[in-house]
Amino acid sequence: MPKLTINGIAVEVPNGATVLQACQLAGVEVPHFCFHERLAIAGNCRMCLVEQEKAPKPIAACAMPAADNMVILTESERARKARKGVMEFLLINHPLDCPICDQGGECDLQDQAMAYGFDRGRYLENKRAVKDKDFGPLVETSMNRCIHCTRCVRFIGDVAGVADLGGIGRGENMEIDTFVGKALESELSGNIIDLCPVGALTSKPYAFAARPWELRKTESVDVLDAVGSNIRIDSRGPAVLRILPRLHEDVNEEWISDKTRFAVDGLAKRRLDKPYLRRAGKLVEASWQDAFNLIATRLNGVAGSKIAAIAGDLADAEAMMALKDLMAALGSSNIDCRQDGAALDPSNRAGYLFNTTIAGIEQADACVLIGTNPRVEAAIMNARLRKRWLQGGFRVAAFGPKLDLTFPVTSLGAGPEGFADRAREFLKDAKNPMIVVGQGALRRKDGAAILAAARDLADGVGAVREGWNGFNVLHLAAARVGGLDLGFVPGSGGRDVAGILAGAEKGEIDFVYLLGADEIDMNHLGRAFVVYQGSHGDAGAARADVVLPGAAYTEKDATYVNTEGRVQLARRAVFPPGEAREDWSILRALSGVVGKILPYDSLAALRAQMAKTYPTFLGVDHVPQAAWGPFGKSGALDPAPFVYPVADFYRTDMISRASPTMAECAAVKSASSQPKTGTHG
Amino acid sequence: MATMDRNAYSLLLAEITSGLWLTLKYMFKQPVTVNYPYEKGPLSPRFRGEHALRRYANGEERCIACKLCEAVCPALAITIEAEPRDDGSRRTTRYDIDMTKCIYCGFCQEACPVDAIVEGPNFEFAAETREELFYNKEKLLSNGDRWEAEIANNIALDAPYR
Repeated sequence: MPKLTINGIAVEVPNGATVLQACQLAGVEVPHFCFHERLAIAGNCRMCLVEQEKAPKPIAACAMPAADNMVILTESERARKARKGVMEFLLINHPLDCPICDQGGECDLQDQAMAYGFDRGRYLENKRAVKDKDFGPLVETSMNRCIHCTRCVRFIGDVAGVADLGGIGRGENMEIDTFVGKALESELSGNIIDLCPVGALTSKPYAFAARPWELRKTESVDVLDAVGSNIRIDSRGPAVLRILPRLHEDVNEEWISDKTRFAVDGLAKRRLDKPYLRRAGKLVEASWQDAFNLIATRLNGVAGSKIAAIAGDLADAEAMMALKDLMAALGSSNIDCRQDGAALDPSNRAGYLFNTTIAGIEQADACVLIGTNPRVEAAIMNARLRKRWLQGGFRVAAFGPKLDLTFPVTSLGAGPEGFADRAREFLKDAKNPMIVVGQGALRRKDGAAILAAARDLADGVGAVREGWNGFNVLHLAAARVGGLDLGFVPGSGGRDVAGILAGAEKGEIDFVYLLGADEIDMNHLGRAFVVYQGSHGDAGAARADVVLPGAAYTEKDATYVNTEGRVQLARRAVFPPGEAREDWSILRALSGVVGKILPYDSLAALRAQMAKTYPTFLGVDHVPQAAWGPFGKSGALDPAPFVYPVADFYRTDMISRASPTMAECAAVKSASSQPKTGTHG
Repeated sequence: MATMDRNAYSLLLAEITSGLWLTLKYMFKQPVTVNYPYEKGPLSPRFRGEHALRRYANGEERCIACKLCEAVCPALAITIEAEPRDDGSRRTTRYDIDMTKCIYCGFCQEACPVDAIVEGPNFEFAAETREELFYNKEKLLSNGDRWEAEIANNIALDAPYR
């Protein structure tokens, strides 16, 4: 623990800390561009020069390890002069185009030039001109502005783990480029926009759309995968303009995936903004009252066993709770939140959670993935796995077709053949083993048997003990854990999703309520009367007899539970479009029309009731360890190879499917994955 | 004596006479009023009148949608929306000034890095309805085209002092 003095303030810093970190601990600001606490140290911008007593020249604070008895001066004449000189050099080749630069107003270079720079330029020669690069449909480049901090190169290489970016040339002639002029092939590429301290890398879809000072900032969570990344929603007027990551060390650190960041334009497309009724085969606009009256008429006299409800992947906990209560009041136990038919066992909470937690990955030393490709199913989780792998002493194996996870993965077979023995062999020496069961395994016919086998494996290799639980289920849908926590599963004698669809096809189910459920095969709904409540006109709305317009995740105060079982709150950034309403309030209003009034009139009352009935919802942003117990159903395993559930990372739900940006990304991805022919340049 | 003086003063109509004398003097002086609208007073090159959006000599609009005028406007009279134009340059799709909100402070003109938005010499833009005073980009650009000669002259005259 070195002790040093910074501007006369004595500080003690942890071993291995740099002078820059020591300055931050002492509360002294040192300007810097290339240094980033989550990236490797480069020391190439030279902005953090400070004076060290008895040193012959100024030192780069970010690259100098803090040592005992150092005396650092950050505000001495020498340090100031050094900083001013570096700033002047940086500005020699930086264009004066702040008024047309998207970074204007949130630019490190602007701020630091203001604080530490000189008030006029003395350089009258021509500035350097650099050709702009094509980084694909997400990242816009303006390479004249680049100051060569190489944050983007280090991020793409180290954190995202694809060798796509590099620096070419040296000195003034250095350029950042993809190696062969291809688009970035990372699910995390958007983060380099945040990392870039200048306007060299900006967001392409957000180009010139707004200035940072115009935006209203709302802190919320992402629902496009089950990680529950913490996000900040930037909106202006009625439109959500962009999404940025918010720091949460235990979930997403400060990264978000490209889908989280760029699917926002899907929030303005294909929206349901009015109730619709199907008349003579066509959906026609209607009033809320007409829609509710029609539903009430159709429900009148229908037996509870002929009514069913399915909750979709983006449904919030409040809406599922209201729908569950409404179905119970109508006498139906045919409810299910597992649209994909995954064999998740709701009887034991530890049996459907990512028990290790995302932060806990860093304590693991071996990991077996079963039918899951975390790179596309939960890109942030994959970044954490890679981070753990980079620290050394971490082995990963997978059951399933060949994977490219940006770190080495041992293949233990494409299917579950020899599952128990091979996995046990792989994990036998591990102190903190991890087992991750994916939806690709649970969706199969033998899903319950795989779940039971994975549970036995966890018990067999000592993955579950006091203080460590290495059994994990990786979910795809933000709604799933919340739905299972709420018991949004068939009650006694109730039908699950497959049962509901089979029943509807045979005419045993007359009424189906879809709460944002678009991933089921609508052809199996037969002649049932279908009510679709949701935000986007997707498969569900196309089949529905009544469409009730709901709110998307940026438009409601709602609760979501991520795959770890972490309860998080999404907050309203903008109002739902047109006549759309928050989902729980639609169900509350409908309950009045059908004469089964739900016992809560406000969100607060609903949340109070929810926390009372399901205590896991009490602790927001808190992950208690779930009690271990039996779950799954032992059986024979089908040796057929696993099929990964996410074929297209960019289009997994109704919002990303509605997004033009995501469509463009998917097109670029599929074009680049096709083999090159002789006519390719 | 005081009474006599006062009476003489009234009888000899001294007050009226002095008043008429003043009137007579002014008849031979230069009048301070002008015969508006046929005559107009002089205007400073810094006069802040009706707004205009200027163009470059080649016809390209100057405004680059940096939104500094929108940010600085104390009356929140300016609304701008922008997107990349077909050639990739940054341009406004909407530039509105609510002239009924505007307080003619000239901050927009001060903030503009490319001398695009200016307050020209025109002050005769009264309208019969409020709606006519909600200026859009088209109106502001046409103002610029109409007043370009005067505006350019004013900017040139004021340049030495900036």
